Amino acid sequence: MRGNLYASGNITRIDGPLIFLKRSVNVGLNEAVAVIGQDGQARTGRIAALDEEYMTVEVLESTEGLSLSNTRVRFTGRTPHFDVGPGILGRIFDGIGRVRDGGPPVPAEHSLRIDGMAINPAARGKPSDFIETGITTIDLMNSLVRGQKLPIFSGGGLPHDRIAVQIAGRARLRGQEAGDFALVFVGIGVPHHTAESFRRAMENSGALEHTVMFLNHASESSTQRLLTPRFALTAAEYLAFVEGRHVLVIMTDMTNYCEALREVSASHGEIPSRKGYPGYMYSDLAALYERAGTLRDHPGSLTQLPILTMPSDDISHPIPDLTGYITEGQIVLDRELDRKGIYPPVKVLPSLSRLMKDGTGEGYTDPDHPALASQIYAAYARAAQVRVLASVVGEEGLPAVDRQYLGFGDAFETAIIHQEDSRTLEESMAAAWKLLNMLPRDELSRLSDAQIERHLTA
Amino acid sequence: MSEAVLSQISGPVLRARRRGDFFINEAVAIGERRLLGEVIRIEGEEIVVQVYEDTSGLRPGVPVIGSELPLAIRVGPALLGRIFDGLLRPLSMDIGYYVRPGLSELAPCTFYFEPQVEVGHVLPHGGVFGRILADSAREQRALLAPNIGGRVISIAPSGDIRDDEMVCELETESGERHRVAVSHYWSVRKGRPVAERLLAEQPLLTGQRILDSLFPVARGGKAALPGGFGTGKTVLQESLAKWCDADVIVYVGCGERGNEMAGVLHEFPELEDPRTGRPLMERTVIIANTSNMPVAAREASIYTGLTVAEYFRDQGLHVALMADSTSRWAEALREVSGRLGELPGEGGYPAYLSSRLADFYERAARVTTLGGDEGSLTLIGAVSPPSGDFSEPVTTHTKRYVRCFWALDQSRAQSRFFPAVHPLTSYSEDVEDLTPWWEREGNTEWPRIRRRFLTLVEQQAHIERMARIIGKDALPPKQRLTLLAAELVSDGFLRQSSFSLTDRYCSPARQTAMMRLIDRFITLAEKAVEQEIDIERIQKMAILRRLRRMGEELGDNQLAHYKLLGTRLEAEFAHLVGEAGRAG
Ligand SMILES: Nc1ncnc2c1ncn2[C@@H]1O[C@H](COP(=O)(O)OP(=O)(O)O)[C@@H](O)[C@H]1O
Ligand SMILES: [Mg+2]
Repeated sequence: MRGNLYASGNITRIDGPLIFLKRSVNVGLNEAVAVIGQDGQARTGRIAALDEEYMTVEVLESTEGLSLSNTRVRFTGRTPHFDVGPGILGRIFDGIGRVRDGGPPVPAEHSLRIDGMAINPAARGKPSDFIETGITTIDLMNSLVRGQKLPIFSGGGLPHDRIAVQIAGRARLRGQEAGDFALVFVGIGVPHHTAESFRRAMENSGALEHTVMFLNHASESSTQRLLTPRFALTAAEYLAFVEGRHVLVIMTDMTNYCEALREVSASHGEIPSRKGYPGYMYSDLAALYERAGTLRDHPGSLTQLPILTMPSDDISHPIPDLTGYITEGQIVLDRELDRKGIYPPVKVLPSLSRLMKDGTGEGYTDPDHPALASQIYAAYARAAQVRVLASVVGEEGLPAVDRQYLGFGDAFETAIIHQEDSRTLEESMAAAWKLLNMLPRDELSRLSDAQIERHLTA
Repeated sequence: MSEAVLSQISGPVLRARRRGDFFINEAVAIGERRLLGEVIRIEGEEIVVQVYEDTSGLRPGVPVIGSELPLAIRVGPALLGRIFDGLLRPLSMDIGYYVRPGLSELAPCTFYFEPQVEVGHVLPHGGVFGRILADSAREQRALLAPNIGGRVISIAPSGDIRDDEMVCELETESGERHRVAVSHYWSVRKGRPVAERLLAEQPLLTGQRILDSLFPVARGGKAALPGGFGTGKTVLQESLAKWCDADVIVYVGCGERGNEMAGVLHEFPELEDPRTGRPLMERTVIIANTSNMPVAAREASIYTGLTVAEYFRDQGLHVALMADSTSRWAEALREVSGRLGELPGEGGYPAYLSSRLADFYERAARVTTLGGDEGSLTLIGAVSPPSGDFSEPVTTHTKRYVRCFWALDQSRAQSRFFPAVHPLTSYSEDVEDLTPWWEREGNTEWPRIRRRFLTLVEQQAHIERMARIIGKDALPPKQRLTLLAAELVSDGFLRQSSFSLTDRYCSPARQTAMMRLIDRFITLAEKAVEQEIDIERIQKMAILRRLRRMGEELGDNQLAHYKLLGTRLEAEFAHLVGEAGRAG
């Protein structure tokens, strides 16, 4: 065991987050180390490169105060691990898995690699358990299922936190296995009050004892931010696949994570890709998001609800763009709807749930659910087109049908997107059927005659 | 065997001090866990190795053992119906819930072998020497490797054999003797030779109307499928894998989602091949390097897929390879190139990106195999352009090398209009070669109707721009009819949901019937407008809704109903015209 091995006095260079030292110990790549400065404080690091003479340690926290002579490095002999056990529920940790709530340390039953391991695709289950969030634009139009990774693409000042809390509350209530539920909240570079208001919301709903929190504050080192979701997902995997719970992981704000990635990459002198973000950002994010899922013939599930703020509300920015390429859809929030007072301000056209097809329809929700969602999408997209036209030629220049679409579009926003209270899926569907009455039957080509017969009033 | 000692490691690339000779592309085993790597550079006493697995824990001093063989995979009868990683190591439930470093290749399997040659027979390189029968897969052929041929000295009798067992002995012209099994190793970096490349003449039927009828791809052709996230690349690739009329499908999941691979594994065994009635999985090989698996192996996965696909082609089969997504492969190239300190080109990609893409698509072909049969390999690559912007390097270079360009459109996808292939930005250069085929199938008017549909969609775009200025109400009846007709083409013909049980697959006969009906409707409607019948009355015709929904309502087992629809169509128009006549 190299657990107690130290190296000191061998440091030849400190450059940003990197420490170069003589290779006096036989360590392996990616092994975790603790870097201890004069202050006696241990900073987490890992072996980033090795050659016959030297080793490079990447310090994952601030290197402030470290000097060549007074720094010691302790080797752990293995890649970074996190000690977990049933005691983690109800607890608060910092961004690198240290207890932050003043309580006693958590008794460890398992020690798990924070990088996790790639799930064997042949061993994945097929996520298909519908989660009713109470939000029509999600339940009816972009359904969430257990084991999915469905991010919220938001913007500064938009009510993404409120939506996340709402989903967390409902996801817990659904199904008979409510007791097997757990929530992991991951604050990445978030201000104190975001974390605190989330904690309070969980407390009020009585879910705090099912919740684990990982908090990396905005004031803390950005390199730690890269570790925060890794510690949190390790805890989530433990709860999901060792304890067999249905785990919902809320990660906010992934944009801070990506900024940290850019910063660290730059300090390594790597050649940047788009907008300065590293070329491997896709793979790096995928290593986090792919940790969602279910396992074949195995209890438990890990659902991810990452939140990111789109820089300048731009969905084509590399952060939302790469995320959208990895996750199983996205819920996009819109500033204009928000300004109109519509809550939740979900911009439905660019929103998507890729796993909806596996968890809705016959045998899952309502047999007519997929067709209804498709029809609503088609009609609202058409309404959006007509709006553009009307803004140029005025409503008078429109044929009668197009004017009906305009009315439909407005009603859709105020009666379907907007909701004061949660709706059951049945309530959401009923509201949508009702709305379709505004359009001529001939227009409803995504619905069968029977569906029209069944659900629309004559 | 040559040995080297690891001297430097960072990420997936290592350097090692060599003792003995190594060659470029040689496969090596690293350390105790025998991680798989490939020599990618030799610099004096040092070799540079790309490692295909997680390198955590490796350290200086660890042995790097040469295999004296290029990075190669074992191709044989056991591939069909299975899922492998990027280097053809099986990913079954047997390896557990997680992919750990140091996987091993597929263990030998037993098959029933029937010789098709006798002692004394002279086999060409890559020739066929027997048949292989299995309960759960199609019949296959026992092939010699493309670099081996000669006179048969001995051959095993019919019976059960292991696929790595030597069943045939040959003597080459120069007197060398080779013993061969029904499976053999072939380098993943080297294309398998063919006797002759042939011109395309038959379509790869996909069962997707917008592809088969508007932008067809030939057997042996090459198509690219670019689109931003959520535009339907994966669903379309999967639909092609399910329903296209290839004999064998090689599906390469390159840097994409684990759940999608799992979805294929869950779904394919349950689905039936409409042509053979056998489970679709039996004709499918899946190569998966999901986005969280090692990046270096992502680069290799495409070549592994190609090698597997060419192996089946060499059995005289029609093979289609789907790669989702070639952009992730290009990014893997970029990442490894960056670690080697190569000079970055456009978008950070190495300068050889373009030639690698060219080499990839060049391997699509209809051929005469070394054994003298006809076979084909069709390549269909998804492209994932950042921000959906088609002017980026991977899309633009790909466009230079493919013959079919199926451009997926964000706004179609957002209104849930699928497949979101945009009829105005997509094209196929195979159309002319394939026209005779459609004519032989009885769709004699295929080129004319195809043109008409495309023209309508183009006019629609034009008129809509105009309507933005003058208002739709001010359009003359003829143009309003064009809008109506174009919408009918879109809604009634181009739209096709992959999730509809009746419509996910559409046979050529049904495509022909649907094309004709819509064509006929447009002709009659144009006549009616000429007779000054109000466009609103045409819009209200009951038949219109039937035509817009016929894809979903009338499946391939209801072809007769299309005739009935035709009769109804004529009758409704006759009625309309008659009424107008009486009124006027
Ligand atoms: N042909 C299709 N038929 C029906 N739905 C489709 C089709 N293509 C795409 N979709 C819908 O769009 C979603 C995204 O498609 P996908 O193929 O995953 O996109 P991409 O691979 O381009 O990111 C799917 O989950 C599905 O809901
Ligand atoms: Mg995809």
